[in-house]
Amino acid sequence: MPLIFLWAFIIGGLLCVVAQLTLDLFPLTPAHILVLFVVIGAILGGVGLYGKLVAVAGAGASVPLTGFGYTLVTGVGEAVKTKGVLGLLTGGLTAAAGGIKAAVLFGLAASLVFKPKV
Amino acid sequence: MAVIRLGPSTYQFENIRILAAAAVGGPKEGQGPLGAYFDSIWSSELKDHASFEVAERHLLLEAQDLAVKKSAVPWESIDMVMGGDLLDQLASTNFAGREHQRPLLGLFAACAVFTEALGLGAMAIAGGGPRNVLAAAASHHMAAERQFRFPIELGYQRAPTAAWTATAAGACLVSGSDAVTGEGGVSVESVTFGRVVDWGSKDPNDMGTAMAPAAYDTICRHFEDTGRSIEDYDQIYTGDLGVFGVRLLSALAQKDGKHWDERLDDCGRALYAIDKQDVHNGGSGAGCSASVFSGFIYNRLLKKDLQRVLLVATGALFSPTTYQQGESIPSIAHAVSVRRL
Repeated sequence: MPLIFLWAFIIGGLLCVVAQLTLDLFPLTPAHILVLFVVIGAILGGVGLYGKLVAVAGAGASVPLTGFGYTLVTGVGEAVKTKGVLGLLTGGLTAAAGGIKAAVLFGLAASLVFKPKV
Repeated sequence: MAVIRLGPSTYQFENIRILAAAAVGGPKEGQGPLGAYFDSIWSSELKDHASFEVAERHLLLEAQDLAVKKSAVPWESIDMVMGGDLLDQLASTNFAGREHQRPLLGLFAACAVFTEALGLGAMAIAGGGPRNVLAAAASHHMAAERQFRFPIELGYQRAPTAAWTATAAGACLVSGSDAVTGEGGVSVESVTFGRVVDWGSKDPNDMGTAMAPAAYDTICRHFEDTGRSIEDYDQIYTGDLGVFGVRLLSALAQKDGKHWDERLDDCGRALYAIDKQDVHNGGSGAGCSASVFSGFIYNRLLKKDLQRVLLVATGALFSPTTYQQGESIPSIAHAVSVRRL
């Protein structure tokens, strides 16, 4: 099992290297990277490749931006199985709800400790 | 007092002086190599103000007030205040006007606004209009980040060519009062107003490259109109081309067989210790050339370290909207020639 930590480190790091090189070599902004990587993750998830990467690297693949795209697509797939066509609309955000809610909560917590309006 | 048209874009003045100048800077600017030349250095970026925008306004007000106090001209005798900043609707300049209550001409030329104000002010005085004009410009690092690179909390990586908007303000009191004569002062000799130059550069993280052609155009036309060359100046200070921009400007001159290297310097490059202060390309912002001139260059002229300087403030005239719509970055540079009397 400890091997997954090594793979998380390697795969997660490689994804960041690719993002860094994209930022350095092309006239793109971090916002472009954000959209590009989520979309790439969704596509790779959709064709079944990203799931294999997550199985090997765990958080090393699920935490980076591409992992978010993968989560959205996986969620849609599962929701379609149980809810039918409606799942196309509800599945993505349901699967990502944990991450989104955590971002809002931690944002709120940080705003209580620090001065948010300057 | 008189104004003479030397060419299509250059006007020469007689007996127009800078009576006083003042520069105010933030903590990072205070730690830089020019720290000692500032009249006032803030201990923090906010200095107890409620927001970065309010802080920028007070930077400007402080520089304006210091310049007026140093000149011993009463505020009521300031016939016109000219200048600008980088915020939408010129918020700092206009809100400062609410405090000082003098006739106000808010100008926008991005980071080139200080020389636009200085040249326009001198021209207005020489034309027999106002007697005393206060030319000023300000920028605040965090307010500019919010204006151009929101959300700042994202804290994205800065490209090596990216400039660091200075938290600084500079103000000069320009006067044509004939009562002030004799040696020892600094005169505004002439101004060359720039035209918009756009070579198609699209990277907002590399404004030095976008603005260098504008600086080159204005300097060349200044030399043409005045019949001068770079040897007539102790130093040419461009405003905010930074490390890469100055290199490009120098290369443009070199291509035309001109060797400008030795007498070429840049306000943005001079303001910070480039290798130690993590500012990448150097300083930028409307307050950068305004404060470097009003603090450092003006004092060096007074101390007789320099006899004649050409200040060429450069501005990138894009907006976040035009950039997002894929437009290139038009640039402008206005040059003002100043001389110690």
